[in-house]
Amino acid sequence: MSAREEILGAVRRALGDADRAEQPVPRGYRDATAPEGVVDLFADRVEHYRATVTRCSADEVEQAVRAALGGAGKVVVPEGLPFHVEGATVDAGLTAKELDAMDAVVTTATAGVAITGTIVLDHGPGQGRRMLSLVPDMHVCVVREDQVVAGVPDAVARLDPVRPQTWISGPSATSDIELNRVEGVHGPRTLNVVVVAPSG
Amino acid sequence: MTATFVGMPAFPEAARAALADTQLRQNLTHATGTIRAKRASVVGEVAEWEELRLAGAAIKDNTLHRLDEHLLTLEAALVERGAVVHWARDADEACRIVAEVAKSHSIDEVVKVKSMATQEIGLNEVLAEHGIAAWETDLAELIVQLGDDLPSHILVPAIHRNRAEIREIFRDRMGEVGRPAPDDLSDEPAELAGAARLHLRQKFLNAKMAVSGANFAVAETGTLVVVESEGNGRMCLTLPEVLVSVVGIEKLVPTWADLDVFLQLLPRSSTGERMNPYTSTWAGVTPGDGPQEVHVVLLDNGRTRALADEVGRQALRCIRCSACLNVCPVYERTGGHAYGSVYPGPIGAILNPLLKGTGVDEQTDSLPYASTLCGACFEACPVRIDIPEVLVHLRSKVVDAHRDQRPKSEALAMRAAGWAFGDARRLDLAEKVSGVAGRVAGRLSRRSLPGGRSAVSRLPWPGSRWSDARDLPAPPPESFRAWWRRTRGGNEEER
Ligand code: SF4
Repeated sequence: MSAREEILGAVRRALGDADRAEQPVPRGYRDATAPEGVVDLFADRVEHYRATVTRCSADEVEQAVRAALGGAGKVVVPEGLPFHVEGATVDAGLTAKELDAMDAVVTTATAGVAITGTIVLDHGPGQGRRMLSLVPDMHVCVVREDQVVAGVPDAVARLDPVRPQTWISGPSATSDIELNRVEGVHGPRTLNVVVVAPSG
Repeated sequence: MTATFVGMPAFPEAARAALADTQLRQNLTHATGTIRAKRASVVGEVAEWEELRLAGAAIKDNTLHRLDEHLLTLEAALVERGAVVHWARDADEACRIVAEVAKSHSIDEVVKVKSMATQEIGLNEVLAEHGIAAWETDLAELIVQLGDDLPSHILVPAIHRNRAEIREIFRDRMGEVGRPAPDDLSDEPAELAGAARLHLRQKFLNAKMAVSGANFAVAETGTLVVVESEGNGRMCLTLPEVLVSVVGIEKLVPTWADLDVFLQLLPRSSTGERMNPYTSTWAGVTPGDGPQEVHVVLLDNGRTRALADEVGRQALRCIRCSACLNVCPVYERTGGHAYGSVYPGPIGAILNPLLKGTGVDEQTDSLPYASTLCGACFEACPVRIDIPEVLVHLRSKVVDAHRDQRPKSEALAMRAAGWAFGDARRLDLAEKVSGVAGRVAGRLSRRSLPGGRSAVSRLPWPGSRWSDARDLPAPPPESFRAWWRRTRGGNEEER
């Protein structure tokens, strides 16, 4: 018998005449009242992880991104970025080693989660392949205010499970040495988030 | 190359050795204390926490009750999205599958994301036998691997190592297997992390294949989820061409929407953060992004045995957050190694016997006794596993399994107690003996329990079989019954 048949058979035997009736799952948490001022909360919580946050209006994005990049020389951007980054290389299938030589990457996001201070990328246009926002040491991420939701349930509800996703809460960190949080292991050691208010 | 748990002594012996190691106890007390405080504060922020725990338990129970159906749904979803699905009855089969994938591409080096399942099956050792080097990329796992050591905590496997020890391990060992640590490496955590970043970056950039586990597998969509902190997971899941994920069959959740419970419960319970730095999700192959060959190994290795146990089945809800370890008074004192398994602490004390069966080896049979049944683990558990209930149930199974054999130590000690308590005269005698012992022990003992009571380190046989790994309050010089007789219940006390 194949391993598949054996395992499925063992599962069925193990359950025997167990009561297979569906138990109700309490879902009241989904109706929790959203906190006041989710965008402010989002900015606070992102900064709590020692990322930086810049707020700007739609027509100030390019300047804000420039400022967030600081002194980064070699900048890479994905295709489909809705604004211009002066002097940046557009990713057209760079290898990991080529990306490793880049100082910074600029992307957009698909959602922001206020309560947890999380940005979510689903790697569509403007966000790039997963390795793009991973290998360079600085990530500048641009989030629109209307993408910010209150909590994890709101984010899960609007995301597409078939697309690859990366949920980012602050810069790469570890607590493996005496449980001290240290920023910066393998992912970008600097995370600068630009939050954009709608124009007009 | 890497140490293993095979042939570990039973819990009481291993615990006594661990208790004698003061450095270990200091590291552990500091670490578990810190993490308990962090967890309590972020859990306190969530008004719906108790409801989330109920939801988490119910979702997992519903999944387990229809596990056969959900497994088939998952398989179909994965295949539809370009993944290759394998089924592994046991550790050997799972390891062989991973080794064969590597060999089919002539790969002799793989990078690994921290995963309990691959530790459980001893994957690194088997790959080494096939001439394939497996590099652990989680910082703590790297410390353990370079130190030729064993993990001692689910979440922070090197919790027993302090910064000075880590610096020594990095300086002595990194150069042997890749980029050496800088000469002037200090023991500052940031510098140690920096050394690991440089050492492993080289490995990530060259890796052709990665091996991961998964925290969750969504049956409906074939989405796998890896929750992590450092970004080593993202590196492994994204840079190599081939990805193999070993997933225990209990990791399933029915739908994507169910993750809205677990992505709240897990980070707050495990690292005590509102959210862990990185969570990656993927469903099969994404054209042009990440590994273009994706394998998923669905692992049984005793899980169906655990599922067959009506009381023990709830242990399969476990999301490996390690909250139960951090609140456990026994774990805090003995550390993880004493449990002799990759699953230490309260969850290990029930999961190991459930996966392996009782009455098979003494080490596993000793685990259900590695607890005071204080109940702190149940309170902390985000999926409400009633660990004390399962412990008691497993103790009776262990006793049953040994009924026809030489009696087990615990049974022996309890039987002696039963004999003494069963007869008033014998009880009298036993109390006198213990009263004398108490006075002697009280004088000789240097140890004390919290609250300043003196403690006896070991009872004479057969009690020794029970007290070897426990601190007992010293017996009072006068027994309750003797005191009652002398004072008529206190009426004539202090005459
Ligand atoms: S038993 Fe509960 S508390 Fe312990 S690791 Fe598993 S989920 Fe966490």
